[in-house]
Amino acid sequence: MNGIPRSTADLPSAAPGDGPSGQPQAVGQPGGAGGHTRGLNRWISRGRPADLGPVAVLASIAAIWTFFQAQDGAFLSSRNLSDLVLQLAVTCILALGVVLVLTAGEIDLSLGSVTGMCGVLLGVLLTEHGWPAWAAIIAALVLGLAAGLVQGLVTVLVGVPSFLVTLGGFLTFFGVQLALVGSAGQISVSDPSVIAIANDYVGKTQSWIAVTVIAVFLAALQVARRRAWRREGLPAPAWRSVTAAALPVAGLAVVVGYLNQYLGVPYLLVILLALIAGLGWVTQRSVYGRHLYAVGGNAEAARRAGIRVGAIRVSVLAASGLLAALAGVVSASRLYAVDSNLGGGTLLLEAIAAAVIGGTSLFGGRGRIYHALLGAVVIESVENGLDLLGQSDATKNIATGIILVLAVCIDAVNRRRQGRIG
Amino acid sequence: MTTMTSTPEITAATPLVRLRGIRKSYGPVLALRGVDLDIAAGEVHALVGDNGAGKSTLVKVLSGSVHADGGQIEFDGRPVRLQSPAAAAGLGIATVYQDLALCENLDVVANLFLGREFSDRPLAGPLRRLREPQMRRRAQQTLDTLSIRIPSLTTPVGSLSGGQRQAVAVGRAVLWGSRLLLLDEPTAALGVEQTAQVLRLIRNVAERGLAVLVISHSLPDVFKVADRISVLRLGANAGTFDRRATSAQTVVAAITGGLGVEGMV
Repeated sequence: MNGIPRSTADLPSAAPGDGPSGQPQAVGQPGGAGGHTRGLNRWISRGRPADLGPVAVLASIAAIWTFFQAQDGAFLSSRNLSDLVLQLAVTCILALGVVLVLTAGEIDLSLGSVTGMCGVLLGVLLTEHGWPAWAAIIAALVLGLAAGLVQGLVTVLVGVPSFLVTLGGFLTFFGVQLALVGSAGQISVSDPSVIAIANDYVGKTQSWIAVTVIAVFLAALQVARRRAWRREGLPAPAWRSVTAAALPVAGLAVVVGYLNQYLGVPYLLVILLALIAGLGWVTQRSVYGRHLYAVGGNAEAARRAGIRVGAIRVSVLAASGLLAALAGVVSASRLYAVDSNLGGGTLLLEAIAAAVIGGTSLFGGRGRIYHALLGAVVIESVENGLDLLGQSDATKNIATGIILVLAVCIDAVNRRRQGRIG
Repeated sequence: MTTMTSTPEITAATPLVRLRGIRKSYGPVLALRGVDLDIAAGEVHALVGDNGAGKSTLVKVLSGSVHADGGQIEFDGRPVRLQSPAAAAGLGIATVYQDLALCENLDVVANLFLGREFSDRPLAGPLRRLREPQMRRRAQQTLDTLSIRIPSLTTPVGSLSGGQRQAVAVGRAVLWGSRLLLLDEPTAALGVEQTAQVLRLIRNVAERGLAVLVISHSLPDVFKVADRISVLRLGANAGTFDRRATSAQTVVAAITGGLGVEGMV
């Protein structure tokens, strides 16, 4: 790591885009003297690496949406965007797992197979064994968790790279999936509560009540947070708190209002946002999250600091197995059936691509939960738009591939500019 | 340096650390053949010697990562056994290795508190919430008392200069209440100005009452920062010198095996 030149880090232009503060950031001042009190006032990005990523990704989403809207006026209709939400859910849920795993400096190639295996288990238990929906769903989730846990334990206890362990898992779990499907080839899923997961919508009144509750909750959270910072004699600028509460609420209100013009807010979107909020809190605000970044950034330093590196590694692989199982349940619900193709094809690669396009580094230590959503929106918007235009799978794959490489290139250039490694 | 406050009384008092007859061999290779060393609180003690003289081994013995084959270690007047790095850390012995053990993707505060984060409810276990304001304030206090200047505590450590990183690593050791700070070549990779900063920082640490043991190859740096200089040669003591009563030639002579008794303590 030390061999990589970081001479550019001393340039003032290396300041990552913490735009709103408008304050020059004296990163790596050669003298290092002075300016530390002003630096303290920079309340931005508390305890987290500053990142410029989301602006670039949001800009490319805007560009993609503008392009498709110009080609086909139906693209931005509430009906199509509602479909887009349903379409991106599986990719996004898997990408959440990818973000966790990559941030810890690991990789999980078994995601797609775990999705398929758990989805098929759900179908078999429901249709062939007559299990109640809740029990079948729990069984599917437990199987995914166990698959991830076993792979994590092998990775850590035996010391085999997760790349290889999960490559083996990819094949093994696909085999289990085939065995579970059996000769039938396809198992239909008709349980109403399972179908509801991906096909029902929150009532319009309830959705607005939920937005209000969230708004009040976020406002209260910001008030408490400001109080905590003030108590320590640290500055807590009002604009910062207002933006932190108002931006998400405004965004949510726009989305809810727009989706309510069609059938309402899909339950799937509620599940997605709850996952993102929960995992976002865990990674950014909890001790576990801090240790996760430490392990991905410098595992040896983390170990010497007393962090249980192995436990973190096992936990991310277990979490990604659990999320993959959830994706399997969602797929079964959306498709009304499970078969041997479930979780196959380009699903795994699209999930990894989504995390990377969203801004998560392949080399560990840098990743945010919302990257999964941003990247999934990019990939699925392109697919959805090209579908609308009647383009073939060939075109879709080519377009997605090019976008992925572009995203990685932008990331690499950014990283070099910021003189940061990994 | 105008900030030197060390006095002969310090060296005369009971040392914080007293090593007697420390021996260590790696197979047939005798790395340490009965080394004595006293380090007093508030003192910067430099350890110099040629490559293979045993400096690193001695530091590893003190940091608990290598077990001595023989000899006594007294800490605070009591005999101790440094069985593991954790045991050494428990006594307040902190080591800043050359690689600094920082996470470059995390900011200064996160690195200072790595593995010892302040946390509270609402959830339990690893999901406890980070108490960021409290950590931020403690971090700022610690850096201020050591006169460490970092442009922003929210800067990822990866974009700090080498001297600033060294300062963060030293700050972490001081923050956790160390009594003996072991520094392995703290200025090896630094430019002139950054070296001066780090040397100032080392003096500040000693003035807070910590004992500091510095391994260095740079005699000019050693003469700027140390109160006493101990020379190891071929795994044995080759003299301990009062910095103000000796010359570089004398120390060089001791390192290379020439006779140097003038100024020897």
